[in-house]
Amino acid sequence: MKSLIRFRGGVKLPGFKSLSTKSPIQKTPLPSRLILPLRQHIGESANPVVEIGDYVYKGQIIADSNSFVSAPIHASSSGKIINIGPYTIPHQSGIAETCIVIETDGKDQWHPNIKQCDVPGSLSADQIRKKIKQAGIVGLGGAVFPSSAKLKPTREIDTLIINGVECEPYITCDDALMRTKADEIIHGILLLRRVLNPIECVIAIENNKPEAIKAVRSTLARFKEENIGSVNTIRVVPVPTIFPAGGEKQLIKQICNKEVPQHGLPYEVGVVCLNVGTTAAIYDCIYQGRPLVSRLVTITGEAVNHPANYQVLIGTPVEDVLAAAGGVQASKVDFIMGGPMMGQVLPDTGVPVVKATNCLLVKTPEKSKKQPVQLPCIRCGACANACPMQLLPQQLYWHARGKHFEKLNHYNLTDCIECGCCSVVCPSKIPLVHYFRFAKTEMREHEVKSKFADQSRLRMLARDARLERIKKEQEERKARRKAEREKKKAANQKQKQISESPKASSG
Amino acid sequence: MAILILTLLALVFGLGLGYTAIRFKVEGDPIVEKIDALLPQTQCGQCGYPGCRPYAEAIASDEAEINQCPPGGEAGVQSLADLLGRDPLPLNPENGVAEEGPSMVAVINEATCIGCTKCVQICPVDAIAGAAKHIHNVLDAYCTGCELCLPPLCPVDECIVMRPVEQTIKTWKWNNPETLKESEAA
Ligand code: SF4
Ligand code: SF4
Repeated sequence: MKSLIRFRGGVKLPGFKSLSTKSPIQKTPLPSRLILPLRQHIGESANPVVEIGDYVYKGQIIADSNSFVSAPIHASSSGKIINIGPYTIPHQSGIAETCIVIETDGKDQWHPNIKQCDVPGSLSADQIRKKIKQAGIVGLGGAVFPSSAKLKPTREIDTLIINGVECEPYITCDDALMRTKADEIIHGILLLRRVLNPIECVIAIENNKPEAIKAVRSTLARFKEENIGSVNTIRVVPVPTIFPAGGEKQLIKQICNKEVPQHGLPYEVGVVCLNVGTTAAIYDCIYQGRPLVSRLVTITGEAVNHPANYQVLIGTPVEDVLAAAGGVQASKVDFIMGGPMMGQVLPDTGVPVVKATNCLLVKTPEKSKKQPVQLPCIRCGACANACPMQLLPQQLYWHARGKHFEKLNHYNLTDCIECGCCSVVCPSKIPLVHYFRFAKTEMREHEVKSKFADQSRLRMLARDARLERIKKEQEERKARRKAEREKKKAANQKQKQISESPKASSG
Repeated sequence: MAILILTLLALVFGLGLGYTAIRFKVEGDPIVEKIDALLPQTQCGQCGYPGCRPYAEAIASDEAEINQCPPGGEAGVQSLADLLGRDPLPLNPENGVAEEGPSMVAVINEATCIGCTKCVQICPVDAIAGAAKHIHNVLDAYCTGCELCLPPLCPVDECIVMRPVEQTIKTWKWNNPETLKESEAA
């Protein structure tokens, strides 16, 4: 067995995981309204295929796209489409994007075409791919990359990594899933293996989740005993608890000792990485015929009355979910979607739970608001040691402040995964990752602006050239007309002369 | 002796440099290109020249100062100063003021447009489409927000107005942590 490689950088963080793992998984009640954004994944957003007033069943496609990197959106319960328009989405900016709103009818009735598959074993790889695409499955670890786009690699795959690391503090939905639905995950892996034909499969789990490791291992043993599928090439690998061990690149380094090229994808080094939740969703879609309409969400934080993992319908407003979790104690709190390190502070609680929502963290202001006084950088280098991407945060910080875009490029700002390790270790309490998020958006704007300037320059030149041409043509026409007129005149004169000359001769 | 060697060395390098200067002489006027590359290409003419390129030429030939471009703002002046090795100047208020906030594009009110084509003719980047006596349209993707088409050019009141470009997830920006720091200190 290969030994684990330690990735460079990373930090040890307090977990706060037990907060939400004490009680079993629960279900949030059916909300009266579901808000479904058209863009819940990386890539092209989907286009509505329903109209206001339509009745939809649970699991019916309501928005779709032909693009390879995209995913359809399904109605997560039955009811009437009451609006298609802009609603605030769960994003730091508080910007509104087009959403489809369903008024639920309380029946929660699946579409009649959605049936269990009797012969999942006889499906071809292409049929499985197609079903996964139609089911709208995206990476449920939070990256929401359309899974179908990962399943057609252009080279052979050596390792399929199933990511159950879940390294961010507070979040436990993958843990809960592995503890309770290990067989669905393994069925999902067996399906994926038929599509990708990897040499081996690795289920990576952080070693702070002994129960999950035990559950998955014993389920694997049971599969073997009962001969449910060949699980010989599937193994569970506990990885050290260090943030961000679950980052795709960091995980591939640890398991396979391979480096994903800059701006590249894992398949280029023969690896495909999928989250455990995604794998279970793939099982659901193939065996039960069910598209992605709900997901596990960790609702946690000291201010939440009943922190736990909840099965939530996608599109359920955050406020409904929080109410189901017994409400929130404090009145002034931050609502974070995701974990404390990489999550987004939500603009309000009217926004819906989306495919990316793995956690709703409610933090009391004492903890999340008090900003420590920022001191000057003392060049200690702690940030560079902590950076899991081997960047130089100290340099990036300097150039982010000065907006030196070329330098930021030179120091590979775009490689920054915004994990926040550098901010955590900085003794001067510089919010480094905030600077980098800021610099990234500044840089993007700068790029857009210079592209636009180039376009304007060309259009101006084209216009000048056109005006010049028109002027020249006009002048030429004028000259030609003048010449013609002169010719006529000359001819006239000649004629006159001719007609006059006999007179002259006769005279 | 040392003096002799140094003199000889100086002579050799001097000749070498002189030769390369002639041998690798750069054609054209690259400084105009470089200046033009830093200008925002709004083509608004607020600098007093009929477009960004003519202004770049004027800067290169020392006819114009580097602080005459309001759309470029103070940041633009700074980058020009960096390029030319000059001291940055505050924007010349005679040329207008730099506008903060979202970028703007022109919109034509279809109900009041009389189809006079004046705006079509003046638009420096051909961003307005429309034939004589037909309603005209601004192509958002091209409009630089130069405001040349606004009244008094447009003979109809409130027919062409500027509106801010709508913000999207792609154009939204994180706030600057530096400003947060200041507000905290205050
Ligand atoms: S936030 Fe970016 S720079 Fe900081 S440690 Fe993470 S990857 Fe490195
Ligand atoms: S950790 Fe903070 S103080 Fe140390 S080098 Fe990095 S930015 Fe500077």
